[in-house]
Amino acid sequence: MKHLTISAGLIACASAALAEDKPVLTVYTYDSFVSDWGPGPAIEAVFEETCGCDLQFVAAGDGAALLSRVKLEGARSDADVVLGLDNNLMGEATDTGLFASAGISADYALPVAWKDETFVPFDWGYFAFVQNADAPAPANFRELAASDAKIVIQDPRSSTPGLGLLMWVKAAYGDEAGAIWSELADNIVTVTPGWSEAYGLFLEGEADAVLSYTTSPAYHIIAEEDLTKIAPTFDEGHYMQIEVAGKLAATDQPELADAFLQFMVTDGFQSVIPTTNWMYPAVMPEGGLPEGFTDVSGVKPLVIAPADVKALRDEALAEWQDALSR
Amino acid sequence: MAGRAEPVSPRAGIIAALCVAAVILGALVAVILRAEGATAGLSRANWAAIRFTTLQAAASAAISVLLAIPVARALARRRFWGRRGLITLLGAPFILPVIVAVLGLLAVFGRAGWISGVLGWVGLEPIHIYGLHGVVLAHVFFNLPLATRLILQGWQDIPGEQMRLAAQLGADPGVTQRLLEWPMLRRVVPGALAIIFAICLTSFAVALTLGGGPRATTVELAIYQAFRFDFDLGQAAMLSCVQILLTGVAAIIALRVEPGGGFAAGSGIALRRWDSGGALVVQDAIAITLAALFLVLPLAAIFVDGVAGLWPLPSGLGRAVATSVSVALISTALLLGMALPMAATAAIPGRGWVEGAGLLGLAASPLVIGTGLFLIVNPVINPSTLAVPVTALVNAVMALPFALRILVPRAREMRAAHGRLALSLRMRGWPMWRHVLLPRMRPQIGFSAGLTAALSMGDLGVITLFADPQMATLPLYIFRLMGAYRMESAAGVALILLVLSVSMFWIFDRGGRRNAGA
Repeated sequence: MKHLTISAGLIACASAALAEDKPVLTVYTYDSFVSDWGPGPAIEAVFEETCGCDLQFVAAGDGAALLSRVKLEGARSDADVVLGLDNNLMGEATDTGLFASAGISADYALPVAWKDETFVPFDWGYFAFVQNADAPAPANFRELAASDAKIVIQDPRSSTPGLGLLMWVKAAYGDEAGAIWSELADNIVTVTPGWSEAYGLFLEGEADAVLSYTTSPAYHIIAEEDLTKIAPTFDEGHYMQIEVAGKLAATDQPELADAFLQFMVTDGFQSVIPTTNWMYPAVMPEGGLPEGFTDVSGVKPLVIAPADVKALRDEALAEWQDALSR
Repeated sequence: MAGRAEPVSPRAGIIAALCVAAVILGALVAVILRAEGATAGLSRANWAAIRFTTLQAAASAAISVLLAIPVARALARRRFWGRRGLITLLGAPFILPVIVAVLGLLAVFGRAGWISGVLGWVGLEPIHIYGLHGVVLAHVFFNLPLATRLILQGWQDIPGEQMRLAAQLGADPGVTQRLLEWPMLRRVVPGALAIIFAICLTSFAVALTLGGGPRATTVELAIYQAFRFDFDLGQAAMLSCVQILLTGVAAIIALRVEPGGGFAAGSGIALRRWDSGGALVVQDAIAITLAALFLVLPLAAIFVDGVAGLWPLPSGLGRAVATSVSVALISTALLLGMALPMAATAAIPGRGWVEGAGLLGLAASPLVIGTGLFLIVNPVINPSTLAVPVTALVNAVMALPFALRILVPRAREMRAAHGRLALSLRMRGWPMWRHVLLPRMRPQIGFSAGLTAALSMGDLGVITLFADPQMATLPLYIFRLMGAYRMESAAGVALILLVLSVSMFWIFDRGGRRNAGA
């Protein structure tokens, strides 16, 4: 018995030592990335096969919470890589000076050219209103506003998609954005703190449509064999969310961080994305997109340059608050 | 300690109160110290948020308590089959994760809800739930049970002898009301109002979702904005100070209004009523039925949705259950360690501020407190290794005001009834706790332990700031399921959470009530 205990102890020590031998790569990401149903577990397994390292994800709320956390920790952060910021947060993230250039290039499948040196895109999507297939499908914001369809949206102050919608209307309508919001006001049933609440309300039948992504119907088709959800295309274009990762300048594992970012734009990572993160892969994997993802090549992409986001955002928020508070 | 001798030394309670204040204010100071640059004053939008927050919290508190009085009175003077089960079940809304409760509420009161369905049948428009009235409705749904329990406790604290005497002297219901029930209500109601006001003050998801848009911006949402949008920590901390200030004002008013004296000592015989025949039966039946319908229908909706989503069980559920149960048990232990000495201290005249210190945990923004604790912990140790203890501690601190509200009135009575005798017998400290306080406060202790365990199970709390991927509590797990489109599974797990929380509550509460005849 005693021997057993001792040998068990020795084995425990040995395995602990083994684990310690491996360098640890710490990746901060948003919460849903690391959940059992997100891309995290599969990606960790694939990367650890070749990296000779221990990949550890740390989850922090959503994209904006992630950036706040990185700012809170500053240069002392344990993180080597931050994965899950998006084009609306990139400008601010760059301004912190905490990120180092990754110097990664790849054959991106994005509808817009990718120029940023610091951040590497890993997936993208179009914001869209998701509704039932049998309801009339509006062709743009004006038609939506003129209809008596009830929609539920997210608050831009607490939600990434909510902010996306704000920028969508701003990118499509510029100075007229405020007027569009005034017209939309009577269609909006309510504004929720986050995506989950809004989507839940929509599925419960509280609204005819919900702000989500063009990829949302793919989830219902692939996971639930439910063909009743669609995301109508708006002719003024759809605002893009491009999700990115970046290397922190203060990382103690620069080579591993580079290796991870390089791995991110390969099949091992990209093929996991569509049916776990329900977004389009940034680099098309060998097999293409799974059946169920609709063709969005005809959609006009809208995007606001990261450097301009901050100034436009405050203006757009004021217009939004003004129109909906009346 | 100066002043007259006390059977229970106030020292432990004061230390506990100072510790709570140190955790909350320390976290707040940590956030302020980390803030960069000058913070602008309160903007016009902030003032609007403060106005709306105060208005909805005041309305929610007033209506919850007003409705709770007839319900508590009915429950106090009726004995019927399933009464205890009903009382336990009525506590359920209070301990549900907000989003689950909101979905249940909307299944009944929403545009596509049951009531709108019935209205549609007879050709009427669906009800419009979104707006200030929706926010108040939801807050009443959450807090009516708490108010009812607090006030019911008051009724049960009226010594049985006095009711017996009233009956013997032929007092009619009006006289009983004036002589026994009014003084009791005057003691219990201000505290209940203050605590519900404080809960509603930091409301965020409910207020926004049911408020229908940016008009329903609360201070907590403004804090989110400051934190996420502008990364203005100074502004976030300042807004949290506003929350504390508002709660503080409410607490001071409540503690001032609340007279110290209670009823004379009773021997703890069971409460029986002789004054409750005739029309009162109908009145009580209506109060109980309406309250039960209001609270049970949304729960039924959660149940129906949940049963459909129970199978297949998602992976990792067992781990989340284990994490949540341990967080709940640790919280409960921490809570009792703080609340019992604090309650005994707050029972001493002039030391009521101890209860006020307990309110701090409820008053301050969870986001700011979580961030502050993160800032304190982070340089020393990886925060995710502390996810469970920190979550348990914060949950305990958040539950503290409820526990104190339940314990303090009873502790006050105990001091009045047995303090002098105990002193003359030189019974102090632990023997006093063991022989007098613990046995006689058992129902209150059971109730507050149950409430804490259940609250701690259902609270999303600060775990989101500290969580590592392996350490999700059930509410966070539900949130992750929802974030991955798995709304049916989320509803199934919400039902599991509901059953677990109510069971935990029931076990503690029942344990306290065994042989207590209450």
